[in-house]
Amino acid sequence: MNNIIEVKNLTKKFGDFVAVNNISFDVKEGEIFAFLGPNGAGKTTTIKMLTTILHPTKGQIKLNGFDVVKEPTKARQSFGIVFQDYSLDDELTAFENMEFHGVLYQVPKEIRRSRIEYLLKLVELWQRRKDLVKNFSGGMKRRLETARGLLHHPKILFLDEPTLGLDPQTRNLIWSYIKNLNKEERITVFFTTHYMEEAEKIADRVAIIDYGKIIAQGTPVELKEKTKTQSLEEAFIKLTGHQIREEEANSVDRMRMRRRVRFGR
Amino acid sequence: MMKIYIIWLRQIKRYFRSRSRLIGSIAQPLLFLLALGFGFGPIFQKAGGGNYIQFLAPGIIGMAILTTSLFSGAEIIWDRQFGFLKEMLVAPISRLEIMIGRTLGGATVAVLQGMIVFLISFLVGFRPQATFWPLALIFMFLVAILFCALGTTIASLLTDIQGFQLIMNFLVMPLFFLSGALFPLQGLPQIFIKIASLDPLSYGVDGLRASLIGGAHFGFLADFAVLGIVASLFLVLGSYFFSKMEI
Repeated sequence: MNNIIEVKNLTKKFGDFVAVNNISFDVKEGEIFAFLGPNGAGKTTTIKMLTTILHPTKGQIKLNGFDVVKEPTKARQSFGIVFQDYSLDDELTAFENMEFHGVLYQVPKEIRRSRIEYLLKLVELWQRRKDLVKNFSGGMKRRLETARGLLHHPKILFLDEPTLGLDPQTRNLIWSYIKNLNKEERITVFFTTHYMEEAEKIADRVAIIDYGKIIAQGTPVELKEKTKTQSLEEAFIKLTGHQIREEEANSVDRMRMRRRVRFGR
Repeated sequence: MMKIYIIWLRQIKRYFRSRSRLIGSIAQPLLFLLALGFGFGPIFQKAGGGNYIQFLAPGIIGMAILTTSLFSGAEIIWDRQFGFLKEMLVAPISRLEIMIGRTLGGATVAVLQGMIVFLISFLVGFRPQATFWPLALIFMFLVAILFCALGTTIASLLTDIQGFQLIMNFLVMPLFFLSGALFPLQGLPQIFIKIASLDPLSYGVDGLRASLIGGAHFGFLADFAVLGIVASLFLVLGSYFFSKMEI
């Protein structure tokens, strides 16, 4: 099988802080790959580099054979992403947000309309499709965001904590839809999550990142055998320790840090 | 094309949904039009300049377009803060297309604002006389595109809205006051004319005035050429900085 994601010696530094430290991994086509790690381990920074919105300090990333730095538009055609934090337009309705996405990703009109209806019904927002997103609750926004990420069926789907803050019912619905997409359309899924039982149940392979380095890779069974534990959660804690991590800086904090570094303030 | 259209459409929808923005950005030009128009009117008349409202209205239309266009850059910063920018930046669409869609959207909104000011000035006595008045629309669009591109360029380099507003206020006033929107450039000291000829808005106001009431200072062709060249330059510059943006 082909490697649809190839990451070689990837490093990202913010000033003196090394967020991602020389990591390498591959994801095979059609695989469901979980990228796990404690808060601030470098998961989101890695996903940002994979999805072309952050430039690596060093190293190479290939998505579907395209180098993300040299051929960003072609790389972007190959993936879809559900972000960890909000990325909806509050002043548009739920339907308009979906439509905007569908047009940008060139989903033909008929497929677009029927998929929007199907997905909005799946996340139970069809009744509210004409409401402005600014009137939605946090959970509704999250559901809309996930539905939007599934609208175009890309070759690779990045999901950065897609089920964070969702109830078990919705989580199950969304995962069964994603698994189905993976099976029917051979979409490769790359996701992060803090729910270890989710990763154990769904992922074919898992990589665990901590302090910017990948400390373990393999199938959930392999990781359990290696650490002599009963579940992925136990394996995860054994590998990364019990210590609680500091929350990862958001983009604005990081921007401030970068400015401080640049101007020596 | 559809991608550019949907980006344009988004901005138009946002504009019509935000009434406070509509009214807020009309208030200042209206104040200038009424206070200066009626305040300086008699003196202007005595000095042999003719009807001041006639002279002033094209300048104020230019001002409304200038402020609306420049501040449309702020939307990029809002989009960044609310996360929507990410949605656009990961989409399979070139930065240039995003830039074009945004600029056209912002420019359309600015021209609409300009038309509203035009209608209001008509109500207070402005009567276009020149026969080239359809040309005014072209000049309005050129000015709008130029300053939208400049606003986008500046917004791409900044991350906080306060900084953006500070820079904008610092830009808007000199651009407006030095453009000859309020007074004729003829007969001014050479140094002042030189400075005014460095201000792209001067050519916009001149083109608008020439097409609405006649009597160009720089001439139609010069106005058109300068606006076109500077607008293209800012578009290229804006696309460059926009493409360098990271989240």
